[in-house]
Amino acid sequence: MAIVYEKSKGLTDAELHYCPGCNHGIIHKLVAESLVELGLLDDAIGVCPVGCSVFAYNYFSCDMLEAAHGRAPAVATGIKRTHPNQAVFTYQGDGDLASIGAAEIVHAAMRGEKFTTIFVNNAIYGMTGGQMAPTTLIGQRATTCQSGRTVEQAGMPIRMAEMLSTLDGCVYAERVCVTDIANINKAKKAIKKAFEKQMNREGFTFIEVLSTCPTNWGMTPLKATQWLKENMAAYYPLGVIKDSSAEVK
Amino acid sequence: MAKELWKGNEAIAEAAIRAGCDCFFGYPITPQSEVPEYMSVHLPEHGGVFVQSESEVAAINMVYGAAGAGMRAMTSSSSPGISLKQEGITYLAGAEVPAVIVNCMRGGPGLGTIQPAQGDYYQATRGGGNGDYRTVVLAPSNVQETVDFVQEAFDIADQYRNPVVILADGLIGQMMEPIEWKPIAKRDLPPKDWAACGRKGRDHHNVINSLFIDPEECNQLNNHLAEKYAEIAKNEVRWEEVECEDAELVITAYGTPARIALTALETLRADGIKAGLFRPITLWPFPEKALHELAAKEHVRAFLDVEMSSTGQMIDDVRLGVEGQKPISFLGQAGGVMPTVEEIIEAAKNALKEVK
Repeated sequence: MAIVYEKSKGLTDAELHYCPGCNHGIIHKLVAESLVELGLLDDAIGVCPVGCSVFAYNYFSCDMLEAAHGRAPAVATGIKRTHPNQAVFTYQGDGDLASIGAAEIVHAAMRGEKFTTIFVNNAIYGMTGGQMAPTTLIGQRATTCQSGRTVEQAGMPIRMAEMLSTLDGCVYAERVCVTDIANINKAKKAIKKAFEKQMNREGFTFIEVLSTCPTNWGMTPLKATQWLKENMAAYYPLGVIKDSSAEVK
Repeated sequence: MAKELWKGNEAIAEAAIRAGCDCFFGYPITPQSEVPEYMSVHLPEHGGVFVQSESEVAAINMVYGAAGAGMRAMTSSSSPGISLKQEGITYLAGAEVPAVIVNCMRGGPGLGTIQPAQGDYYQATRGGGNGDYRTVVLAPSNVQETVDFVQEAFDIADQYRNPVVILADGLIGQMMEPIEWKPIAKRDLPPKDWAACGRKGRDHHNVINSLFIDPEECNQLNNHLAEKYAEIAKNEVRWEEVECEDAELVITAYGTPARIALTALETLRADGIKAGLFRPITLWPFPEKALHELAAKEHVRAFLDVEMSSTGQMIDDVRLGVEGQKPISFLGQAGGVMPTVEEIIEAAKNALKEVK
């Protein structure tokens, strides 16, 4: 009998700890499949963050390093500069990347570090129990803004893909989501493209994946998916934010 | 071999290159900026990687990444910058990633001053970051020792999979001295089969990590580290004794104050005072046992601890070593002011008067 589908060799057999309806599992799968399909898995080195995906080193089957909160881009810089021919990626959440690690991601992008960042934006701190993130939407409730985020108190949410796109070292930035098959396919294509550009030594590549957090949003998985489409995608537009090679053409 | 005149900080960088340092990540701060400057020019000439990081925090995490992937990695800084590196150092210790960290200490607290000081002794010898850990701390007192220690530090780090700190000060970093590039004995080192450098056909993936969420596992890690530290303490403790054989008064000092104390010894001896110097070279592990044995000798009547610290920091370890057997006086200057030869002589005489 022919095998028509199997779990990616880029993932281990460890059981995922993610909550029901969380998108991390899908995003892990897409990264793993991309590495396998591009023939990069055996050489790849990943860096995982502090946040819900802190245990990603148990799930990806390539070599992995667990970084301090926000520091994954600096860790990846150390790896990639000394292993320039190998695929290197960071996998980070929004508290990790857009808050405590803002300096590290900006400067890695500025230097045009040739690694790929998978930025999972679920607009909240998941692991610590639902506190406000820099990406939390205005009006969105979190345990540290219980009546909803206000501009007066916390300013407007940060659009990382757009911000990093202003830096010449960032050659490719795309925002995707994984709410349905069509978007999952787009996300996979974007992740593969980012790794291809990395291996072509073009510069820093950044994929922002909008993601659900049913647990901390206080919604069912279906409702959360709907909320992401209606609210997050409205503030964080999907699509290619920057593609230097397209600009050249 | 002919002697060459080298500035401390440049010699530190050159020594690292000679020791096979693959990569250096650093950030400018006085009085150590010549280290990254020298590295930016000369490390790439040897095929190495230099990156000027956006912060000290980033620099130490670049070290973590490169060293976690199996490279010989180094960073250097001075006191306020070393404070920023503490997060990274505890991760290095927890994940057992070897690295070499140079601290050219300056005056504190806070922004302090750019002049030499020794206020980072506690931070260096007690871990410095969160959690139970130790770094090996080598304290050179001249440029020759500094280059010797930097070269050996990479081997010590690799042997024990542990960060090693070179605790120098601004004086050592800034002054020029004649040195000799002596061949350093290479240690027999285990292969870095733990490194997360890409599987390349390996049957399992390597993970560099300091997270052990299960309390039992975290306890096991801590027990393992404690055993490793005991092994390091057994093998690596170093100190120097100068004219201690008949000394009535023993000066304890490390780094720059130790060399000032050497000059003071000459005058004291000429004045008929039997003075000696006990100089810890490894601040962790501290030569506690050797100091204890010295304190037990009948001819030793008193100790004088001299530091570039107003409150005294190493004096705590001196007390633990002497263990109340003999009285200990203290002379300290900080904030970039160094104890003078005359002050040491006076303090030494006073220390002896008190026991008469």
